[in-house]
Amino acid sequence: MIRFEQVSKRFPGGIAALADLNFTIEAGEMIVLSGRSGAGKTTLLKLIPAIERPTHGSVTVNGQNVAALKRAGVPFLRRKLGLVFQDQKLLFDRNVFDNVMLPLSIAGESPRDSQRRVRAALDKVGLLEREKAMPVALSGGEQQRLAIARAVVNRPAILIADEPTAHLDDDYARDIAGMFRSFNQVGVTVIVATHHDALFAPFMTRRLTLEQGRLT
Amino acid sequence: MKRWLIQHREAAADALRRLAATPLNTLLGALVLGIAMALPAGGEMLFANLLGLARNSAATPQLSVFMTLDAGKKDAADVEARLRKHALVRDVRLVSREEALRRLKASEGLGDVIDSLPRNPFPDAFIVVPRAESPEELESMRTDFAKFNKVEHVQLDSAWVKKLDALLRLARFAIALLAVLLGVALIAVTFNTIRLQIFTRSAEVEVSRLLGATDSFIRRPLYYFGALQGLAGGAVAWILVFAAALLLKGPVGELAALYGLEFSLRALPLAESLVLLGTAVILGWLGAWLSLRRHLRAGETA
Repeated sequence: MIRFEQVSKRFPGGIAALADLNFTIEAGEMIVLSGRSGAGKTTLLKLIPAIERPTHGSVTVNGQNVAALKRAGVPFLRRKLGLVFQDQKLLFDRNVFDNVMLPLSIAGESPRDSQRRVRAALDKVGLLEREKAMPVALSGGEQQRLAIARAVVNRPAILIADEPTAHLDDDYARDIAGMFRSFNQVGVTVIVATHHDALFAPFMTRRLTLEQGRLT
Repeated sequence: MKRWLIQHREAAADALRRLAATPLNTLLGALVLGIAMALPAGGEMLFANLLGLARNSAATPQLSVFMTLDAGKKDAADVEARLRKHALVRDVRLVSREEALRRLKASEGLGDVIDSLPRNPFPDAFIVVPRAESPEELESMRTDFAKFNKVEHVQLDSAWVKKLDALLRLARFAIALLAVLLGVALIAVTFNTIRLQIFTRSAEVEVSRLLGATDSFIRRPLYYFGALQGLAGGAVAWILVFAAALLLKGPVGELAALYGLEFSLRALPLAESLVLLGTAVILGWLGAWLSLRRHLRAGETA
């Protein structure tokens, strides 16, 4: 489903973020990506939705080499992926409902259909009661759940999350981990970069560990 | 197709929401655009009214055809017949040499001078009222008539037609120039509004791109924003011109009455109103297009 072949990424200035990565992720896996801060986890995750492009090598997603994907093709790749960003990237000028609505508007879904799906996604993360709230009014854990609802509203086959449990206390973090588990149980391929290995360890299929840009 | 319609409807709704969210800015923007457009639109209205006035109530041009002094009554009758047959002639009136003399005699102070002349110095003459109005046609009539037998001279009283024509052409040119300048101003204003919109929306633009938005998805509401703002400006301009026409109607009517003219000021007719609004929309869209080209760098984003 996702294959990295001889992938390396060098940023301007010569800093090698990733070097010679080779691995394959099969459909339905639950991958934990671990490693210290600065080991290259975020960069690796950004290669999949073509937010960053590798300097060398190929990244294949669903049979498509996204490293060589044309600019015009990138939006359609991203619509098939569920992305939870490290800094969440919520929009603070609109309420919870409209934040989750955004990916569906982007995909041009019909509004009536979309409303139903937004509510379904909010229900899954337990935010249905708060659909009218503004993101600033949410707690840290709720904001994270909102980010997850937005990532899954399109029913992606692949869910990618960068530090979804950072800055959360243990109870909230356990909640979040449980959600990823349930998505994985219904067949979604999940890739999570995290410090909280222990939370995900019980149900992960594999762990990829990065050290200074290399897999160990 | 359905998806496309939905996206356009949502983009338009989004633009409207944003215009409504900052009513004061929207109103001021519409006023600036409206005043800028009201100037050429108002000029065009006055121009159209003046043109109508010139066409309707000004004296029609005339040609004076003078016979030679040795022409007899029969020659005059011949010429009159030929004049009447000419396609562009509406009316012909004979001023006989006797009549001309009598009229001049009646003028104050000239009676003695005329009496002292050995013989009647006037030729027979015709005053021709043409059907034609254009300077070219009048000129061709003049050369035609000059070729008739025993015709000494044809005078075209068309100087004023040419002057009016030139004046109106100048006025129209000035209005066009004004319209172009203010059209550029309108584009510039929209350019700037859209630039500010892009900055205000930078977070939304970034997140939308990350979630798979195409360039058109990001640009579409801003095009609508520019076009709608232009439309609002056009509407303000229309209202201003309409109000000006309403206010000026009374005074202009009185002034015209003093000159014995029948004249009432008319506001912009439907066709011109639509042109005004359409132009406003197009210029707003153009301003948005330029601004998006300049400020929304189509880069890979992270």
